[in-house]
Amino acid sequence: MSENKSKYSIDIENLVVEYRTEYGVVQALNGLDLKIEHGKTLGLVGETGAGKTTTGLSILKLIPDPPGVIVSGTIKLDGEDLMEKSEKEMGSIRGKEISMIFQDPMTALNPVMTVEEQIAESIELHEQVSKAESIEKARAMLELVGIPGERGKEYPHQFSGGMKQRVVIAIALACNPALLIADEPTTALDVTIQAQVLEMMKNLKEKYNTSMLMITHDLGIVAEICDSVSIIYAGQIVEHGNLEDIFENTRHPYTEGLFNSLPNLKDRKAKLKPIKGLMPDPSNLPKGCAFCPRCDYAMEICETQKPEKVYRNGEHYVRCHLYSKENIQEGRLETR
Amino acid sequence: MQNTTAPAASRSEAVKKYKKTSQFGETMKRMSRNKAAVLGLIILVLLVLMSVFADFIYDYDTVVVKQNMAERLQWPSAAHPLGTDEFGRDLLARIVHGSRTSLLLSFAAVAVSLATGGFLGAIAGYYGKWLDNLIMRLMDIILAMPMTLFAMVIVAALGPSTINLVIALSISQIPTFARVVRGAVLTVKDSEYIEAARAIGQKDLSIIASHVLPNCMAPIIVQTTLRIAATITSTASLSFLGLGVTPPTPEWGGLLSSGRTFIRDSSYLTLFPGIAIMITILSLNLLGDGLRDALDPRLR
Amino acid sequence: MIKYVVKRLIALIPVIIGVTMLVFFILKSAPGDPVRLILGEQATPEQIAALTEQMGLDQPLLAQYAKYMVGLLQGDLGIAYSTRRPVADEVFSRFPYTLKLSLVATVVSIALAIPLGIIAAVKQNTVIDNVSMFVALIGISMPMFWLALLLMLLFSLKLGWFPVSGAASWSSYVLPAFALGFMNMASTARTTRSSMLETIRQDYIRTARSKGVSNSVVIRKHAFKNALIPTITVCGLQIGSLLGGSVLCETVFAWPGIGRLMVQAISARDVPMVLGCTVIFTICFSIVNLLVDLLYGFVDPRIKSMYS
Repeated sequence: MSENKSKYSIDIENLVVEYRTEYGVVQALNGLDLKIEHGKTLGLVGETGAGKTTTGLSILKLIPDPPGVIVSGTIKLDGEDLMEKSEKEMGSIRGKEISMIFQDPMTALNPVMTVEEQIAESIELHEQVSKAESIEKARAMLELVGIPGERGKEYPHQFSGGMKQRVVIAIALACNPALLIADEPTTALDVTIQAQVLEMMKNLKEKYNTSMLMITHDLGIVAEICDSVSIIYAGQIVEHGNLEDIFENTRHPYTEGLFNSLPNLKDRKAKLKPIKGLMPDPSNLPKGCAFCPRCDYAMEICETQKPEKVYRNGEHYVRCHLYSKENIQEGRLETR
Repeated sequence: MQNTTAPAASRSEAVKKYKKTSQFGETMKRMSRNKAAVLGLIILVLLVLMSVFADFIYDYDTVVVKQNMAERLQWPSAAHPLGTDEFGRDLLARIVHGSRTSLLLSFAAVAVSLATGGFLGAIAGYYGKWLDNLIMRLMDIILAMPMTLFAMVIVAALGPSTINLVIALSISQIPTFARVVRGAVLTVKDSEYIEAARAIGQKDLSIIASHVLPNCMAPIIVQTTLRIAATITSTASLSFLGLGVTPPTPEWGGLLSSGRTFIRDSSYLTLFPGIAIMITILSLNLLGDGLRDALDPRLR
Repeated sequence: MIKYVVKRLIALIPVIIGVTMLVFFILKSAPGDPVRLILGEQATPEQIAALTEQMGLDQPLLAQYAKYMVGLLQGDLGIAYSTRRPVADEVFSRFPYTLKLSLVATVVSIALAIPLGIIAAVKQNTVIDNVSMFVALIGISMPMFWLALLLMLLFSLKLGWFPVSGAASWSSYVLPAFALGFMNMASTARTTRSSMLETIRQDYIRTARSKGVSNSVVIRKHAFKNALIPTITVCGLQIGSLLGGSVLCETVFAWPGIGRLMVQAISARDVPMVLGCTVIFTICFSIVNLLVDLLYGFVDPRIKSMYS
């Protein structure tokens, strides 16, 4: 891809996704906005059930249908709206322009196909090469992720968890995608392996200038690998900014809560400060701000009105009734 | 919406209410959503009622067994809704009484299999090692013969009679239950709560009864339903071959067998007993399917 | 892999010994004296004693069993009580008919069931799915011999399309094979469908789709092989019912196979004949089970690793 048509590799605006089941309608995404510039990494941070995986699947239009429905919104890949693409067109985009790495490496690979075949499938599909050539390239990818090429003939069950995840990464990067969506790629791995895999991803990302959407709940990983951060809660972005914005100038009470939930290594005797309550039931969301029931700073307006975006600078914004154009620079939260 | 600041009294009440919805109740609730399974259950209950009260519906000696050659081989009419057989006996009456034979026999055989096989499977799985090996090899030997064939052999040796039939059918199904129970026991055996139970001195048999067996309930229930269906089919098959229930006791397979001679001109004799079998098996299958889905932990 | 096959074949031997011994002792415990049966009421004590000794029936049971097994290895299955001719002749001449019928039934049922199951899964909850699964449900609820009777009633007696009995021509195979295979077909279709539905939900299917693989290729290449594994299990388990069912089917259609032979032998209390039929059935059954197990190894590489 030589020339970029748009400033952003991926630009999602006001995405609404529902799961329509016999038990009720689950509102997974409620007006999600997300932008990633070319070659940059965005961390999508939130708890389980916030809509992180749904976001990733929506970009690829792989939401299971039934019961999932993309109700409205636009998803622009380098300026082109994916919502208008047919299934056949998406077929040539998936794996080639956008790739996804899923959370659990143990189940992500087909147990009855060899590892190199699974990588080669992607190559053969998107690049005009013969079967034999695609196998060769697959082996090269294996080497790239640190697995000897000869092991390509083996089956997934013959690899450890960390190596399986590397295979998954090899599959995802085989055709040099413009955007890589990584859904908690290291959650299922040991801490030491985590570090290795992250390091590898960082290197590959830089080598190929891939944009990355890093979906995670781990703020440590965010600090390690991301350029900017979007905090997602109940299917909406409640705060977004670059690393400094989020880590040093936290504004949203939920983001503050996330940071407070981290144990304090310096003060071992300090009590843990969890965020009280649980995520709201996505089939029965509160009328006003979704975080209101758990928020320490809740005001009357929070119960009835959904907050709008308030910008602190060019990139950093927050959705919270605490803030207005006037007071957002100083912030209203107590210091951690 | 979680309310963590509710007063303690109502919280414990809420907990009590939650505990009351036992697993049985929940399973029943889930199954009730499956209309087919409910239909199967209703049909089955009706069949059981019919077999229990068969004597009240049709008197055994006068209607079912007594021959009445004047009325033989009549097509269905008002007097005989399903026609009469070659001895002039009302077919509907014989089918109704036949349900008692089939159901009783099958329940008995499956009950024996379940008790024996379940016990063997439980001790095989729990104690393991040579006992497990021995029992499983024995099961393999029984399994090396298809059920109908095995039953045929036993009947060949001991002669056709109801008791022999029950023995034959129950022995051939012991391995199925043994395997199911053994499998369930193996998944639970190394759990920590079993270790804990042993650590506080609970006796083995007691552990098996109170901790291990409740875990196998789900597959056992499903298997039982399916096995009853299979046994009914087997009973009918054997009776059809003349190796099962002896006349004049009515049995659906036997009815089909004797009706076969007259298949050309009295084809209704071939139709109705078979329909009876099919409805019974169908209801059991629907019920079994429904139970399997309702008890599947992954769907909870 | 070869080592595993050999190991399994060797393991088969104690099972076959166990079953044959079990059947032998059960049949020998039948009441009644076969010698008297053969010679009739008028037999003198001397004749009885002579024949008893000649037939080896005065030996201890275990010795009789050993002698029988030795004979079996040489292809000698004893002499039938009813015909006074070698059991082996009857059994081996009729066995091919049973085998052919079972084979045709199996091939037809699998060839129809698996595609049906896949289509039903892929088009879940559509008319095709609901209708085919309803038919399958009826299929597994119908006793096989009843289906055989109905088929014969309709297609042979009423319509005259197929012969009523015997194994004369290829058209004789149609009704019996269909009756024999229908229940298995229904069962296989149901299992294939549920297995396919289960497989489609797996994570690796999602991975394949995220690579841009089209839906039809995903089904064909990724889902099918994985869904096959439980299907093979069910097919394997059905072999037993097929063998048991051949007895019934052969009786209805007067098929000259060993199933029918066995029923006749049981009615005649002809122990050697029953024993001979049983032994052949059992060996056949065990070998087929072994083949099914090995088939797993070909389809699932995880199992293959376990085997080598």
